[in-house]
Amino acid sequence: MGGRATDIVLLDENGIRSDGRKVNETRKVTIKAGVLKNASGSAYIEFGGNKILAGVFGPRDVHPKHMSNPDTGILRVRYHMEPFSVGERKNPAPSRREIEISKVITEALKPAVMLEKFPRTALDVYLEILQADGGTRCAALDAASVAIADAGIPMRDLVCACAAGKAGDALILDVNNEEDQAGQADMPIGYMPNLGKITLLQLDGVLTADEYKKCIELGLEGCKQVYEIQKNALREKYFPSSDNN
Amino acid sequence: MTNLSIIDKLKRSKILDLLKEGKRIDGRALDEPRPLVIDTNVIPHANGSARARLGDTEIVSGIKVQPDRPFPDMGDKGIFICTAEILPLAHPSAETGPPQPDVIELARVVDRGIRESGMIDLSQMVLEKDKSVIGLFADNVVTDHDGNLFDTCSYAAVAAILTSKIPKWEMKDDKPVLVEGQESDTPITTIPISVTMGRIGEFIIVDPNLDEWECLDARITIATNSDGNIVALQKGGNDGFSLEELVTCSELAISLGKKIREIIKQATAGGQ
Repeated sequence: MGGRATDIVLLDENGIRSDGRKVNETRKVTIKAGVLKNASGSAYIEFGGNKILAGVFGPRDVHPKHMSNPDTGILRVRYHMEPFSVGERKNPAPSRREIEISKVITEALKPAVMLEKFPRTALDVYLEILQADGGTRCAALDAASVAIADAGIPMRDLVCACAAGKAGDALILDVNNEEDQAGQADMPIGYMPNLGKITLLQLDGVLTADEYKKCIELGLEGCKQVYEIQKNALREKYFPSSDNN
Repeated sequence: MTNLSIIDKLKRSKILDLLKEGKRIDGRALDEPRPLVIDTNVIPHANGSARARLGDTEIVSGIKVQPDRPFPDMGDKGIFICTAEILPLAHPSAETGPPQPDVIELARVVDRGIRESGMIDLSQMVLEKDKSVIGLFADNVVTDHDGNLFDTCSYAAVAAILTSKIPKWEMKDDKPVLVEGQESDTPITTIPISVTMGRIGEFIIVDPNLDEWECLDARITIATNSDGNIVALQKGGNDGFSLEELVTCSELAISLGKKIREIIKQATAGGQ
C-alpha cells in the first residue's frame, strides 16, 4: 500500500483496470465442493489467479486434550501458503502474517458455525494456498465456508468474502495483486448475507470517512456475488441433476 | 476451566445489565475512553521512548534506530518494524515462550496503523539506494494488562516515535559509519491514532477494560490520521458487526481520535 512506485497503469482513462476489469467487477470465481476423499468436507476455489484448497476434519477428538471445551466445540483454522505459491520461494514455516490471517479467518467463521452442538470436539479447517494472486484471505474464507457446509456441519449462514479497495483514486471491487501492491487501499470483507453481519474486516491504506462507507458497501456487493457461486457449488455436489438456478 | 467460564458468564450478564441502564462496570460513559497518561523519554538509552498508561493498562515503547539492508523491493525506503510482547509480570495468565496468535495480531495491528498512515517518511531514511537504509524499530512491552492493548500500544509507539531522534550515518567504503554527536528529528508526516471499540449485545463501547474485553461479542480497531481519514482497520472477536454499527464506530474513531491526538501532541511537545 501507500502507492508504491510502479509503471503499471492501475486505472486508464476509460475506467478500465490493469487486468481489463471495470471498477465494480470481480475476477472470475469458480468453486467446487467435495474435492478431497479423506476430509469430512472440502472445497477448491479459483479466485482470479488464486488457487486454494480447503479441507475440514471433524468434529473430532481434541488434541491436545486441555484445549477441549465442555460447553462447545472449538474451531481451529490453519491458513498456509505453499513455498511455490508466490514469486519468490516462501519459507514453508508459518509466518506471523499467516498466523494473523488464520486468527481473523477463525473469527470470521465462528459466528456462522454451530459449534455448541459439538461440545468437547474440534473442527479443524486447513486452508492451503497453492497459488496466491492477491486477496487470498477472502478466497480462503470463501472456500472454508463451503468446505464446512460440505462436511455437513450445521451453520447459521455461509460466510462469503471479497475485498474492496482504492486504486487510481477510484474505489474498486476485488483488489488484485498489482492493485494491492501499488494501490491506495485494500479492505478485505467477510459477510454473512442472510444475517447481515460483517465478520471479517481489515484495511490498509487511506480512506476518507465517506469512502470508508462506500468501500464497505461495494465490498458487500462482491460478497453477495460470491455467495451465489458458493451456493451453486454446494448445489452442484448435492443436487447434480438440477439446472443450478 | 469450567469454573472460570461460569464467572465469565456472570460477569457478562452483570456488564450487559449495566449497559442496558447506560452504565459501565467502571462508571464510564459508553463512548468514554479511560484517562491516558503519556510519559516520554523514559528510557534514555533508546533513540526515543514513551510509557503509555490507559486506565490500568501500561505499555513501554522504546525506539532503536540503526542502519540495515532495505527490503528487496523497497530499496528507496527506510525500514520500520514494530513488535509487541506481553511480559510475564503483566498478568497472571501471561506466559513466556513463543508469541501466541493474539500477541502477533497486536504487533501487526499496531504496525499497520503506523505504517499505512505513512507517519514516518521512510523515503528520507535512505543512506544508499538498494544498499543501505536506516531502520527504525519500535519495540513495545506490556507491563500491566487491563484490556485494550491495541490502543495503549499504539499510543506508546506513536509517542515514542514522535520524540525519537535519528543519528547520522555516512557511507564510507560501502559501509555506514556513525557520525558522532549529530542527530536529526525523525521525519513525521501525520499522527495516526487508533481507537478500539467493542460490541456487547447491541451496545458499542469505547476502550473496553479487561473485564469488558473478556465478554465482547466483537471488536474493531480503527486508526485515523491527522486529516481525519481512516488508515487502518482490524475487526476481531467471535461475532460480527452490521454496516450501521461500523459507520457509528468510524465516526467515534474520528472524533475521539482528534482528542487523543491532542493529548499525545501535548505530551510529546518539545520532545523532538
